[in-house]
Amino acid sequence: MNGTIQAPTLEYAQLAPMLVVFGAAIVGVLVEAFAPRYLRSAIHVPITLLSLAGAFALTIWQVVKGVPTKPAAMGAVAVDGPSLFIWGTILVLAFVSVLLINDEDHFVAAAAAVPGSAEEEQALHEGAGHTEVYPLALFAVGGMLLFPASNDLLVMFVALEVMSLPLYLLCGLARRRRLLSQEAAVKYFLLGAFSSAFFLYGTALLYGYAGSIDLAKISAALGVVGGQETLLYIGVAMLGVGLLFKIGAAPFQAWKPDVYQGAPTPITALMASGTLVAAFGALLRVFWVALGGLDWNWSPVLWAVAILTMVVGAILAITQTDIKRMLAYSSIAHGGFLLVGVVATGAAAGQNSKALSAILFYLVAYGFTTVGAFAVVTMVRDAGGEAWHLSRWAGLGKRSPLLAGIFAFFLLAFAGIPLTSGFFGKYAVFQAAVAGGATPLVIVGVVASAVAAFFYVRVIVLMFFSDPAADGPSVVLPSRGTAAVVGVAVLATVFLGVFPQPVLHLAQNAAQSLFIR
Amino acid sequence: MHIVYPVVVSALLFSIGVYGVLARRNAILVLMSVELMLNAVNLNLVAFDVWLRDRLHGGQVLTLFVIVIAAAEIGLGLAIVLAVYRNRQSIDVDRLRDLSETGASEEAGPPEEPVGVGEDADREARP
Repeated sequence: MNGTIQAPTLEYAQLAPMLVVFGAAIVGVLVEAFAPRYLRSAIHVPITLLSLAGAFALTIWQVVKGVPTKPAAMGAVAVDGPSLFIWGTILVLAFVSVLLINDEDHFVAAAAAVPGSAEEEQALHEGAGHTEVYPLALFAVGGMLLFPASNDLLVMFVALEVMSLPLYLLCGLARRRRLLSQEAAVKYFLLGAFSSAFFLYGTALLYGYAGSIDLAKISAALGVVGGQETLLYIGVAMLGVGLLFKIGAAPFQAWKPDVYQGAPTPITALMASGTLVAAFGALLRVFWVALGGLDWNWSPVLWAVAILTMVVGAILAITQTDIKRMLAYSSIAHGGFLLVGVVATGAAAGQNSKALSAILFYLVAYGFTTVGAFAVVTMVRDAGGEAWHLSRWAGLGKRSPLLAGIFAFFLLAFAGIPLTSGFFGKYAVFQAAVAGGATPLVIVGVVASAVAAFFYVRVIVLMFFSDPAADGPSVVLPSRGTAAVVGVAVLATVFLGVFPQPVLHLAQNAAQSLFIR
Repeated sequence: MHIVYPVVVSALLFSIGVYGVLARRNAILVLMSVELMLNAVNLNLVAFDVWLRDRLHGGQVLTLFVIVIAAAEIGLGLAIVLAVYRNRQSIDVDRLRDLSETGASEEAGPPEEPVGVGEDADREARP
């Protein structure tokens, strides 16, 4: 203690995309406090969209300027190639999801009022709405940006909570089917809090083992500290539980169908795309930067988890009768395919960058397709809201051929048919896994894909080859926002399926620098 | 004091929290059990911090963050539980089964949900 305190250095330029998003979220809270009610929506939408676009531009600028080689903010945040790629992906997907959130009145007018009560009637009469959804979504997106870039476990925990807490709330704000929506919020919240407690306990044990929560220092301690392997192994297991929960990998997948079904569909789109991308980034960083020297120990566990996830996702999806639950199980199965890529990150740097670039490409391809699919779900409506039950989708191809065709295209992309983005994503991941010596996993993956293709095709058959019900759901005319979302998703799926080279090249460049260690 | 004592106490606290989350049916009690798990982590972190003689006090700093975030989490959790209670007059987590697997497959048709005020057919489903 010599009395002088050195101020920490902050690389504002590197952190700028996150700062823009968080700043806009705080401005959104102020708007909520000071702007009159009738103006709020008109102020929120431009702020949200502009900040996401601005953050994307800053990310691009960062890439053009040269990818930083050292962690920023005193080693707390690592803005490296994979981080920047993931940021770009999340920001575009969030932009698209916000268009969907903005679109129609998906959200409750007064969350505190009981459905059918006088308060609710009054709120609807006044045209009230929870415009808080925009700042909440921005906070969630900010957390998603920080989560894969965090270079120590403290920042990672804070990012995890900043990402999750707004999503818990957003899940409970659906206008129609309020009970289901609130039930989804309770389930997501309780299980999420449970899993983040596991994550924290793992953090505490790793801190006890390594004497630091910095990922690089944990990695350095692996070979040096002796005699405390119990702390290390239990800590890694607990940390893994927390991270795998966010991905929805097999023993921890129970929340996913319930939450995806109950949440408002635009929020489901945001969760299914953004959260999955962010969580895979964080998982890769922890297991590669901090625990890379331990891969003999965690790799067999991840093998088992990947197999279980693919099998559970593909098989349980067959029994589903609800379109959103089916898409949730499909998301679980895709998480399993991505875990195959995580297993393929071996010891050698070349193999690592190959597996990493495959995962990055897969995340982009899957993210766009899933946002598009959920956007289509918002457009098929019954009297009581969206028509979720699969029997209601029968004969949609005869009633609305264009929409059914687009949805069929998305389903084929999920199945991984050639000329769609899903094919190249799966091909890249499986190729990396074969090169990494995980051939049995790839065989399971291919079989699971075939099983998954069965239920995607079943929906297509249902839409095109059965007669529409007399009182079937109507297809609403999409607003400009929804139409744009579906258009972007279709274009991305076609483009990545026919000309995957530019994005593959970008992913390879991003993965070349690997994660900063 | 030997490091084993606080570590074992915190492991026990954490286990009690896990048991509480799995066994309790009242949502508030589940929330309390989650708090117990987080406090087990805090005890662990502070004990390790002292034991390691960490010059930067990483463990204590992390504890402060955990306390703040746990407070935010509980506030949010109570809000969600309150919203559910208003609609259902019950916070029994075992009775939140509308979204469960069996419920979905047993139903022949689309789930019948109470429709709120102002959601008349011609407004929602435009032909």
